[in-house]
Amino acid sequence: MSDGDCGKCEQLLQGYLDRELSAAEVAEAERHLDGCDYCRRRYRFEESLRVYVRTTAVERMPPGLMEKLAQLRTSDPGTASI
Amino acid sequence: MREPDTAEPDGARRVASEARDRVRFEEEALALADQVYRVARRFVATREEAEDLVQDTYARAFRSWQSYTPGTNLRAWLLRILTNLNVDRGRRLQRRPDETPLEESDYYLANKVAQARGEEVLDQDRVVERLSQDSIVNALAEIPHDFRDVVVLVDIGDFSYADAAQILDIPMGTVMSRLHRGRRLLKARLADEAVQ
Repeated sequence: MSDGDCGKCEQLLQGYLDRELSAAEVAEAERHLDGCDYCRRRYRFEESLRVYVRTTAVERMPPGLMEKLAQLRTSDPGTASI
Repeated sequence: MREPDTAEPDGARRVASEARDRVRFEEEALALADQVYRVARRFVATREEAEDLVQDTYARAFRSWQSYTPGTNLRAWLLRILTNLNVDRGRRLQRRPDETPLEESDYYLANKVAQARGEEVLDQDRVVERLSQDSIVNALAEIPHDFRDVVVLVDIGDFSYADAAQILDIPMGTVMSRLHRGRRLLKARLADEAVQ
Protein backbone atom coordinates (compact mmCIF):
# COMPACT_ATOMS: atom_id res chain seq x y z
CA MET A 1 0.00 0.00 0.00
CA SER A 2 1.63 3.24 -1.06
CA ASP A 3 1.52 6.47 0.95
CA GLY A 4 -0.22 8.10 -1.99
CA ASP A 5 -3.17 5.75 -1.57
CA CYS A 6 -3.48 6.62 2.12
CA GLY A 7 -3.30 10.31 1.24
CA LYS A 8 -6.13 9.85 -1.26
CA CYS A 9 -8.10 7.86 1.28
CA GLU A 10 -7.69 10.66 3.82
CA GLN A 11 -9.00 13.12 1.24
CA LEU A 12 -12.06 10.98 0.61
CA LEU A 13 -12.77 9.93 4.18
CA GLN A 14 -14.72 12.96 5.45
CA GLY A 15 -16.96 12.94 2.38
CA TYR A 16 -17.35 9.19 2.79
CA LEU A 17 -18.51 9.60 6.40
CA ASP A 18 -20.83 12.40 5.27
CA ARG A 19 -22.28 10.16 2.53
CA GLU A 20 -21.49 12.84 -0.03
CA LEU A 21 -19.18 10.89 -2.37
CA SER A 22 -20.01 9.65 -5.84
CA ALA A 23 -20.42 5.89 -6.30
CA ALA A 24 -16.97 5.71 -7.92
CA GLU A 25 -15.36 7.54 -5.00
CA VAL A 26 -17.16 5.32 -2.47
CA ALA A 27 -15.80 2.25 -4.29
CA GLU A 28 -12.30 3.73 -4.30
CA ALA A 29 -12.41 4.55 -0.58
CA GLU A 30 -13.80 1.13 0.35
CA ARG A 31 -11.24 -0.70 -1.79
CA HIS A 32 -8.48 1.08 0.07
CA LEU A 33 -10.07 0.68 3.52
CA ASP A 34 -10.48 -3.06 2.94
CA GLY A 35 -6.76 -3.48 2.47
CA CYS A 36 -5.28 -0.88 4.82
CA ASP A 37 -5.21 -1.27 8.62
CA TYR A 38 -3.81 2.21 9.11
CA CYS A 39 -6.67 3.95 7.32
CA ARG A 40 -9.30 1.56 8.68
CA ARG A 41 -8.30 2.49 12.25
CA ARG A 42 -8.55 6.14 11.35
CA TYR A 43 -11.89 5.58 9.72
CA ARG A 44 -13.22 3.97 12.94
CA PHE A 45 -11.75 6.77 15.01
CA GLU A 46 -13.29 9.47 12.82
CA GLU A 47 -16.63 7.71 12.83
CA SER A 48 -16.76 7.38 16.62
CA LEU A 49 -15.57 10.98 17.02
CA ARG A 50 -18.48 12.12 14.82
CA VAL A 51 -21.00 10.21 16.88
CA TYR A 52 -19.47 11.46 20.11
CA VAL A 53 -19.45 15.11 19.02
CA ARG A 54 -23.04 14.81 17.82
CA THR A 55 -24.29 13.26 21.04
CA THR A 56 -22.32 15.40 23.50
CA ALA A 57 -22.90 18.77 21.80
CA VAL A 58 -26.65 18.29 21.66
CA GLU A 59 -28.74 20.08 24.26
CA ARG A 60 -32.42 19.42 24.50
CA MET A 61 -34.88 22.25 24.26
CA PRO A 62 -35.41 23.89 27.68
CA PRO A 63 -38.73 23.14 29.38
CA GLY A 64 -41.32 25.77 28.59
CA LEU A 65 -39.94 26.81 25.22
CA MET A 66 -42.42 24.68 23.30
CA GLU A 67 -45.33 26.43 25.03
CA LYS A 68 -43.82 29.82 24.19
CA LEU A 69 -43.47 28.81 20.54
CA ALA A 70 -47.02 27.48 20.42
CA GLN A 71 -48.25 30.85 21.67
CA LEU A 72 -46.66 32.49 18.63
CA ARG A 73 -49.02 30.65 16.30
CA THR A 74 -51.04 32.99 14.16
CA SER A 75 -53.71 30.59 12.95
CA ASP A 76 -57.20 30.91 14.33
CA PRO A 77 -57.07 28.95 17.58
CA GLY A 78 -60.60 27.72 16.86
CA THR A 79 -59.47 25.95 13.67
CA ALA A 80 -59.65 22.25 14.25
CA SER A 81 -56.46 20.28 14.05
CA ILE A 82 -56.23 17.80 11.19
CA MET B 1 -72.95 45.56 -2.70
CA ARG B 2 -73.44 41.84 -2.28
CA GLU B 3 -71.24 39.24 -3.99
CA PRO B 4 -73.20 36.87 -6.23
CA ASP B 5 -74.41 33.94 -4.14
CA THR B 6 -72.66 31.41 -6.34
CA ALA B 7 -69.22 32.81 -5.46
CA GLU B 8 -69.61 32.27 -1.75
CA PRO B 9 -69.26 28.52 -1.42
CA ASP B 10 -65.99 28.53 -3.43
CA GLY B 11 -64.60 31.43 -1.47
CA ALA B 12 -65.54 29.85 1.82
CA ARG B 13 -63.95 26.59 0.78
CA ARG B 14 -60.77 28.36 -0.18
CA VAL B 15 -60.62 30.16 3.16
CA ALA B 16 -61.21 26.91 5.05
CA SER B 17 -58.57 25.12 3.01
CA GLU B 18 -56.03 27.86 3.65
CA ALA B 19 -56.79 27.76 7.36
CA ARG B 20 -56.13 24.01 7.40
CA ASP B 21 -52.85 24.46 5.48
CA ARG B 22 -51.80 27.06 7.98
CA VAL B 23 -52.55 24.85 10.97
CA ARG B 24 -50.73 21.96 9.33
CA PHE B 25 -47.71 24.18 8.64
CA GLU B 26 -47.60 25.35 12.25
CA GLU B 27 -47.84 21.83 13.60
CA GLU B 28 -45.11 20.54 11.31
CA ALA B 29 -42.87 23.47 12.24
CA LEU B 30 -43.45 22.96 15.98
CA ALA B 31 -42.63 19.27 15.65
CA LEU B 32 -39.14 20.34 14.48
CA ALA B 33 -38.55 22.78 17.35
CA ASP B 34 -36.20 20.53 19.31
CA GLN B 35 -34.04 19.95 16.23
CA VAL B 36 -34.02 23.66 15.43
CA TYR B 37 -33.08 24.48 19.02
CA ARG B 38 -30.11 22.12 19.13
CA VAL B 39 -28.54 23.85 16.12
CA ALA B 40 -29.40 27.32 17.48
CA ARG B 41 -27.82 26.45 20.81
CA ARG B 42 -24.44 25.86 19.19
CA PHE B 43 -24.66 29.04 17.10
CA VAL B 44 -24.82 31.32 20.15
CA ALA B 45 -23.09 31.55 23.51
CA THR B 46 -25.94 31.09 25.96
CA ARG B 47 -29.14 29.15 26.42
CA GLU B 48 -31.10 32.40 26.75
CA GLU B 49 -29.83 33.66 23.39
CA ALA B 50 -30.71 30.35 21.79
CA GLU B 51 -34.23 30.52 23.20
CA ASP B 52 -34.68 34.09 21.93
CA LEU B 53 -33.34 33.17 18.54
CA VAL B 54 -35.68 30.19 18.21
CA GLN B 55 -38.66 32.28 19.33
CA ASP B 56 -37.84 35.02 16.81
CA THR B 57 -37.44 32.35 14.14
CA TYR B 58 -40.85 30.84 14.83
CA ALA B 59 -42.50 34.25 15.05
CA ARG B 60 -41.18 35.08 11.59
CA ALA B 61 -41.93 31.61 10.22
CA PHE B 62 -45.56 31.79 11.39
CA ARG B 63 -45.95 35.24 9.83
CA SER B 64 -44.46 34.28 6.48
CA TRP B 65 -45.67 30.68 6.31
CA GLN B 66 -47.02 31.21 2.79
CA SER B 67 -43.52 31.65 1.39
CA TYR B 68 -42.74 28.04 2.38
CA THR B 69 -43.23 25.60 -0.49
CA PRO B 70 -44.97 22.46 0.82
CA GLY B 71 -42.99 19.31 0.18
CA THR B 72 -39.60 21.04 0.46
CA ASN B 73 -37.30 20.71 3.46
CA LEU B 74 -39.08 22.58 6.26
CA ARG B 75 -36.23 22.11 8.74
CA ALA B 76 -33.80 23.75 6.27
CA TRP B 77 -36.33 26.54 5.64
CA LEU B 78 -36.57 27.26 9.37
CA LEU B 79 -32.79 27.18 9.76
CA ARG B 80 -32.44 29.63 6.88
CA ILE B 81 -34.63 32.10 8.79
CA LEU B 82 -32.72 31.44 11.99
CA THR B 83 -29.33 31.94 10.33
CA ASN B 84 -30.43 35.24 8.76
CA LEU B 85 -31.79 36.51 12.08
CA ASN B 86 -28.59 35.49 13.82
CA VAL B 87 -26.47 37.36 11.29
CA ASP B 88 -28.78 40.42 11.31
CA ARG B 89 -28.62 40.80 15.04
CA GLY B 90 -24.92 40.21 15.38
CA ARG B 91 -25.69 37.81 18.18
CA ARG B 92 -23.40 35.10 16.98
CA LEU B 93 -20.34 34.22 18.99
CA GLN B 94 -17.82 36.61 17.50
CA ARG B 95 -14.34 35.40 16.79
CA ARG B 96 -11.74 36.89 14.53
CA PRO B 97 -11.57 34.84 11.37
CA ASP B 98 -8.46 32.72 11.65
CA GLU B 99 -6.64 32.87 8.35
CA THR B 100 -3.40 31.29 9.50
CA PRO B 101 -2.50 28.21 7.52
CA LEU B 102 -3.47 24.97 9.17
CA GLU B 103 -1.03 22.26 8.25
CA GLU B 104 -2.49 19.47 10.34
CA SER B 105 -4.14 16.66 8.44
CA ASP B 106 -7.65 15.29 8.89
CA TYR B 107 -5.99 12.48 10.81
CA TYR B 108 -4.30 14.93 13.19
CA LEU B 109 -6.24 13.94 16.30
CA ALA B 110 -6.15 10.22 15.51
CA ASN B 111 -2.41 10.43 14.85
CA LYS B 112 -1.77 12.24 18.15
CA VAL B 113 -3.71 9.57 20.03
CA ALA B 114 -1.95 6.76 18.16
CA GLN B 115 1.42 8.36 18.81
CA ALA B 116 0.77 8.76 22.53
CA ARG B 117 -0.95 5.46 23.26
CA GLY B 118 -0.26 3.07 20.41
CA GLU B 119 -1.82 2.44 17.04
CA GLU B 120 -4.14 -0.32 18.30
CA VAL B 121 -5.91 2.02 20.71
CA LEU B 122 -7.68 3.57 17.70
CA ASP B 123 -9.64 0.36 17.38
CA GLN B 124 -11.40 1.09 20.67
CA ASP B 125 -14.52 3.20 20.46
CA ARG B 126 -13.95 4.44 23.98
CA VAL B 127 -10.89 6.43 23.02
CA VAL B 128 -12.97 9.49 22.14
CA GLU B 129 -14.92 9.27 25.38
CA ARG B 130 -11.88 10.63 27.19
CA LEU B 131 -13.00 13.98 25.81
CA SER B 132 -15.44 15.70 28.14
CA GLN B 133 -18.70 17.20 26.97
CA ASP B 134 -17.45 20.63 28.06
CA SER B 135 -14.32 20.33 26.00
CA ILE B 136 -16.27 19.54 22.84
CA VAL B 137 -18.74 22.37 23.44
CA ASN B 138 -15.90 24.81 24.21
CA ALA B 139 -13.83 23.69 21.25
CA LEU B 140 -16.82 24.23 18.96
CA ALA B 141 -17.42 27.69 20.43
CA GLU B 142 -13.80 28.65 19.76
CA ILE B 143 -13.98 27.93 16.03
CA PRO B 144 -14.46 31.15 13.99
CA HIS B 145 -18.15 31.47 13.18
CA ASP B 146 -17.95 31.03 9.41
CA PHE B 147 -16.40 27.61 9.92
CA ARG B 148 -18.43 26.73 12.98
CA ASP B 149 -21.78 27.43 11.32
CA VAL B 150 -21.04 24.78 8.69
CA VAL B 151 -19.71 22.25 11.21
CA VAL B 152 -22.80 22.75 13.41
CA LEU B 153 -25.22 22.37 10.48
CA VAL B 154 -23.57 19.23 9.10
CA ASP B 155 -22.25 17.50 12.23
CA ILE B 156 -24.96 18.45 14.73
CA GLY B 157 -27.90 19.36 12.49
CA ASP B 158 -27.20 16.42 10.17
CA PHE B 159 -27.78 18.57 7.08
CA SER B 160 -26.38 17.63 3.68
CA TYR B 161 -23.77 19.86 2.04
CA ALA B 162 -26.47 21.07 -0.37
CA ASP B 163 -28.85 22.00 2.48
CA ALA B 164 -26.06 23.78 4.37
CA ALA B 165 -25.22 25.74 1.19
CA GLN B 166 -28.85 26.79 0.83
CA ILE B 167 -29.25 27.70 4.51
CA LEU B 168 -26.10 29.82 4.59
CA ASP B 169 -26.53 31.10 1.02
CA ILE B 170 -23.00 30.13 0.02
CA PRO B 171 -21.73 27.86 -2.78
CA MET B 172 -21.38 24.16 -2.06
CA GLY B 173 -17.62 24.34 -2.63
CA THR B 174 -17.44 26.92 0.18
CA VAL B 175 -19.44 24.60 2.46
CA MET B 176 -16.93 21.85 1.79
CA SER B 177 -13.85 23.98 2.37
CA ARG B 178 -15.25 25.57 5.54
CA LEU B 179 -16.32 22.19 6.87
CA HIS B 180 -12.88 20.80 6.15
CA ARG B 181 -11.14 23.62 7.96
CA GLY B 182 -13.66 23.79 10.79
CA ARG B 183 -13.27 20.10 11.57
CA ARG B 184 -9.50 20.38 11.52
CA LEU B 185 -9.66 23.32 13.92
CA LEU B 186 -11.96 21.32 16.20
CA LYS B 187 -9.56 18.37 16.23
CA ALA B 188 -6.55 20.58 16.87
CA ARG B 189 -8.33 22.01 19.93
CA LEU B 190 -9.28 18.57 21.21
CA ALA B 191 -5.88 17.00 20.67
CA ASP B 192 -4.21 18.14 23.88
CA GLU B 193 -6.97 16.76 26.05
CA ALA B 194 -7.25 13.50 24.14
CA VAL B 195 -3.66 12.51 24.79
CA GLN B 196 -3.47 13.55 28.46
